[in-house]
Parts: sequence; C-alpha cells; structure tokens
Amino acid sequence: MHEHRDYEGAKIGMWLFLFTEVLLFGGLFLLYAVYLHRYPAEFHAAGKDLSRIFGTANTIVLITSSLCMALAISALQRGKVVLSQRLVLLTVTMAGVFLVNKFFEWSAKIGHGIYPDSPALLKLPPGEMVFFNLYYLMTGLHGIHVIIGAAVLMYGWHLMRVGRVTPEHFVFLENGGLYWHLVDLVWIYLFPLFYLVV
Amino acid sequence: MTGHDTEHHAVPVRTNMLVWAALMMLTAITVGVTSFDFGFLNVVVALSVATIKAGLVILWFMHLRYEGRVIRLMVFTAFVILAIAIGFTFFDVAYR
Repeated sequence: MHEHRDYEGAKIGMWLFLFTEVLLFGGLFLLYAVYLHRYPAEFHAAGKDLSRIFGTANTIVLITSSLCMALAISALQRGKVVLSQRLVLLTVTMAGVFLVNKFFEWSAKIGHGIYPDSPALLKLPPGEMVFFNLYYLMTGLHGIHVIIGAAVLMYGWHLMRVGRVTPEHFVFLENGGLYWHLVDLVWIYLFPLFYLVV
Repeated sequence: MTGHDTEHHAVPVRTNMLVWAALMMLTAITVGVTSFDFGFLNVVVALSVATIKAGLVILWFMHLRYEGRVIRLMVFTAFVILAIAIGFTFFDVAYR
C-alpha cells in the first residue's frame, strides 16, 4: 500500500499561493507609497494619531507568535507531538491577543469619529483622509488574514490530535506555518508605515 | 515518503530564539529611531529595518535557508518582480 505524497510539490504550491498574497498586499503598499509621496506632511500628522504603544505591543505579540510557530514545526520534526500541539495553541492564543488589541485600537478611533466616510473624517485634509482609509483597509485585510491563519493552525492542531499530521507527515502544519509567517511579514511593513511615519 | 525527506532540517531551538531576539532588537531600534527627525531618511531607515526583519523571518522562520534551489529561485524572482513594479511606478510618480 503506497500513498502518493509529494512533499516538495506541496510546499511549492504553498509558496505560489503566498506570492498571490504578496501581490495583493504589494498593490496596497504601492498605493500607500504613492500617497505618502504626494502627502508627506498629512501622513505624518495622521500617523501621530495612531497609538504607538498598541502598534509596538502588537508587533511584539506577532513576532513572538511566529517564534512559537517555528518552534512548533521543529518540535514536530523531532517527534515531540504534544509539545508541538501546545506551541500551536500558544500561537493561536497570541493571534487572539493581537485581534483583541486591534479591536480596542479600532474602537478608540471609531469612538473619536474616525472611520471611513464618517463626517469627522470627511472634514480632514485629503491626505489624512487617504491615510485613515488605507489604515482601515490594510489593517482590516491583515486582520482577516490573522483570523484565517489562526483557523488554519487550529485545524493543524486538530490533525495532530487525530494523528493525520505526524512527525513523518507534517507538510500541512508546515504550510500553515508558512502562511502564519507571511501574516507576520505583512505586519512588519504595516507597523512602521502606519505607526512610525515621520 | 521517499529517502529525500531525511534531508529535513529541524531548525535548532537556539537558532529560532536568536532570530527572535534579533527581531525584537530591530523592533526596538525602529521605534527608537522615530524620536529623531532625519526627514525623508526616516522612511528609508524604517523600511530598511523592516526589510532586514523580513529577511530574518523568510530565511529562518520560513526555512528558506534550508530549501532547495527551486523554491529559493521562486521567492527571489517574486520579490524582484515586486521591486520592479514599485520601481517603475515611481519612475512615473516621482518625476511628474
């Protein structure tokens, strides 16, 4: 009984998918770059309104979650399934922390009347309006990716529990990890561009 | 599974921790640098630090360092194409 598995092919497929994600976010980053070029002073003023504390905290949370995911893969490859499962749960927990932070951050902004098409936003100079619209669009899209990533990792955790992801066949978890690291990569650029623009 | 799979490298815990520590340090640097005003250079510094961080994540957390030539070449090509797209757009935008 021989089951066909193509480990290399599975990973190449995942990378190809990740390139489409790079294209998706790349287009938005391009849009950001063009508007930053056109409205540097307004972007600077609007960027100051975002909480640097929240942004930095979320950066730390996401990078640490990426570490947990990398450790989970290493643990599984070494045959430590239970440890790997725990590390995946830790990664998902941090995804939750990230989203809760984001929720408070967005709530505070929305509470101040800053959200797409709000009267307060429409009164702002065009450059600041663009900044906040891009902020909601890009962090929102990123947030959706965090939710999907956490769901994929939970499924990977389930597959480990039922013995379908094992130290011999771990490509699902590895690809899930690749997706999770991509989410981290996108944030690595979102963070300085939105929270630290000067 | 074939014999090929014995080539999997489990990245050592120590290596992962070191990469994490480097990412934390770079985050501290990029936040710290914003208290200085270098004008346009701030954006350059921020993006350079972000790119170093991205490199660390891709090479170690995403195991690109341990991958074969096909995947490495694919990733390299994808980012070159992205750089070309951004670069060419700015030939237009910057000299308008």
